Amino acid sequence: MKPFNIYLCGVGGQGTGLLSEILLRGADHAGLQAKAVDTHGLAQRGGVVVSHLRIGKKIYSPMIPAREADLVVALERHEALRGADTALRDGGCLVYFNTVLQPLGVRLGSDREVSENFLNRNCKVRNIKVYIVENGGLMEPKMQNIAVLANIDKNNLIPLVKTRHLIQAMEDLMTGPMLEKNMAIFKNSPLTV
Amino acid sequence: MKNMGDMLLRKPGFQEIVMGNTALVRAMVESGTRVITSYPGSPTPEIAAAIQTIPEDERPFYFEFSTNEKVATEVAFGAALNGHLSTVFFKSVGINVAADTFVQLSLLNIIGGMVVVLGDDPGANSSQNEQDNRHFAYLSYTPMLEPASPTEVYRYYKEAAALSQKLGKVIILRLTTHVCHAKEKVTFAEWIPRKEDYTPKFNSKNGPYIPLASAVYPMKKRALRQLGEVETWIEQRRLNTLVENNSTLGIITSGLTYLSLLEILEEAPEKPDILKLAMVYPVPERTIIKFLKSHDEVKIVEELDDELERSIKAIAYDQHLTTRITGKSDIDDWIGEYTPDKVRQILKKTWPGLVADGKRLDPPSDDIPLRPPQMCPGCGHRSAFHAIGEVLAKEDITVADIGCHTLGYHKPYNMGEIMVCMGSSAGIGSGLSLFNSSRKVVAFLGDSTFFHAGLPGIVNALFNKHNLTLILMENGTTAMTGHQDHPASGRNFNEISEAIPIRQVLEGFGVKSIFETDTYDQEKLRTLVKEAINEKQFNVVIAKHPCMLLFAKKQRKVKGENPFHVKIDQKSCDKIHTCIEKFGCPSFTRNSDGMISVNNELCIGDGSCIQTCPRKAITR
Ligand SMILES: Cc1ncc(C[n+]2csc(CCOP(=O)(O)OP(=O)(O)O)c2C)c(N)n1
Repeated sequence: MKPFNIYLCGVGGQGTGLLSEILLRGADHAGLQAKAVDTHGLAQRGGVVVSHLRIGKKIYSPMIPAREADLVVALERHEALRGADTALRDGGCLVYFNTVLQPLGVRLGSDREVSENFLNRNCKVRNIKVYIVENGGLMEPKMQNIAVLANIDKNNLIPLVKTRHLIQAMEDLMTGPMLEKNMAIFKNSPLTV
Repeated sequence: MKNMGDMLLRKPGFQEIVMGNTALVRAMVESGTRVITSYPGSPTPEIAAAIQTIPEDERPFYFEFSTNEKVATEVAFGAALNGHLSTVFFKSVGINVAADTFVQLSLLNIIGGMVVVLGDDPGANSSQNEQDNRHFAYLSYTPMLEPASPTEVYRYYKEAAALSQKLGKVIILRLTTHVCHAKEKVTFAEWIPRKEDYTPKFNSKNGPYIPLASAVYPMKKRALRQLGEVETWIEQRRLNTLVENNSTLGIITSGLTYLSLLEILEEAPEKPDILKLAMVYPVPERTIIKFLKSHDEVKIVEELDDELERSIKAIAYDQHLTTRITGKSDIDDWIGEYTPDKVRQILKKTWPGLVADGKRLDPPSDDIPLRPPQMCPGCGHRSAFHAIGEVLAKEDITVADIGCHTLGYHKPYNMGEIMVCMGSSAGIGSGLSLFNSSRKVVAFLGDSTFFHAGLPGIVNALFNKHNLTLILMENGTTAMTGHQDHPASGRNFNEISEAIPIRQVLEGFGVKSIFETDTYDQEKLRTLVKEAINEKQFNVVIAKHPCMLLFAKKQRKVKGENPFHVKIDQKSCDKIHTCIEKFGCPSFTRNSDGMISVNNELCIGDGSCIQTCPRKAITR
């Protein structure tokens, strides 16, 4: 298999790290070799959080070279654009959760918020296929990452990593009510295209 | 669910996906490390987080967070003098604090063995600089191993521990941020717990332990002589890696840079040979000479400074070798992390045709608003900065220190205009107050930092009668690095421990005026700070509020999602935007029509913002 690179991004507190860990373990359960690296440290203070995940045999560095990600997974709209711009290859896939956590400049009135249109136009130019996961207002914010996971799975965005592998991965990482709640979201999330 | 604590103590060998920091803990267990100490700092806190998954009574070692890196080093050293294999770990700049103790260690016979684990931070991902701590190895004649991956962290720690015990010498294991945090599947050996002998074995006959006068030279001689033994040992253990591609070109490298190189060279039609050094100090002379002799041209690819380059060029000079050796090409090569992209640029400067261009040629888009880290919703520091900013004059000088409150330098507060290192604010503020009767000086200090390195600056301000106001941002925890307890928290890593009351410490020092308030009471804080800055003496304002990130996290555990949020009464709001532009809580959202709404995903309902709205439009 050709190496497959996944770049995950979001805002501190959104659960990017857990999502990355599930995908990493999912790849392992699928019998694939994988490496990953997360940002830690300042991550919790509302800054950008990034995770690199690389699947395949001929992988050395845990870090994906610029614009060599096959898939960018973003938990927020500004970060979706930033992730696509820095990491995604032309013609790659972007899946993002359609929520906005306004960056400082937007709140102060000095920067313009990234709109859905602006994001879509940027992606179109570079032939990027976009999957938008909508909130629907039902979900606890802490579980948006799992709704995104469900959509990655239903759209088969990661070669050879199947639903059962992701379920095994979730069972590695969670128990009790947390596992049940997240599993319910994973299994019942509507498919988005 | 897989339990990390169980895994770390599993007797039979196993494979597991772990990060470098976790692999290190298993290596310490297998090595029989008996005393581990630390002071928190990125990229190392997850080592302690992994230790915490083992219940205290099952830990085969003693662990503590000490008050600072120097004390942590001393505790580990003292334990090793009694025969216990020990380890201290901390972040890059931690070694500056530990240095006075650390530089002595390699002169001393450490009978139990001792490993210093450094978390260096090339790229300054979460540090105030990207200092290259390989210099400390040279400075102190301490051998330094540098792993590239979690697997190597595990393997090299075990080697370092064994070597340290064999020589009775301190060894450094130098990790870097993305080695600490990289994750991969690591194969672990079985763990055979040894028969423990806890007899305190300290004996001055194992010394000398007093490096004074005539004792210093023989101690230094021993340290230098051991470096030769280390080189032989590295050869015997076959720790260096040689990648042979039958090329006349060669590369010498180490650590994570090696993996970046392999990544970039994967597609190259002709690959140079690569020598990856496991030990970056002392450099293995025989191995280097052999490699130089067998290549026409050798490039040294090393992150940050040029230690390897200088050592290797010196070896070549002494040996009269004519191999063409290149190292750093320009200043850019000294700066930043050697990611695959960076290594590609560096190779191209020496060998333009060797590797292909990167996929990105245009600069990053500037249409995407930056997202700097900021204080959390409900953070007491925000309330403090908002209130204090209103009573200071424009020309007054504010001195920051290290911690979450450093983030006050961002807009809209711009509080804390200079920041150097932990505990430096009182001293710097004292200097700023000299020959200065026109501009008030206000310094900030966190409570963990108060104990870490803050005390001497405070004592000096009293002793030498400096005129400044210190604002102690007391939030009950070491917040920035992930909420570790500190001496005023009422708990240490292992158990309840009586809190050392900061106010009484200050009183004991003789601070004459101490003001104190909860930071949510902004009116009172303003009054107190106004009073404090108008006094002509050193004084302290204790600005207190528990860390709300920690508080909200605990609440969520007990009570589930927080149902409390503030609301904006859209009728009273007349878009003056104090809430979003001056108070600046991230929970406020600016809508396209200029109206403000509250993002309930972020708001914790603390209400510290309510008092800031002149129109009283924020309600519960
Ligand atoms: C010498 C040194 N050790 C450790 C650190 C890592 N560090 C950064 S912020 C911080 C916490 C400071 O805690 P505190 O003073 O209580 O402030 P808070 O973050 O709680 O506001 C630490 C330990 C550092 N920068 N320098």
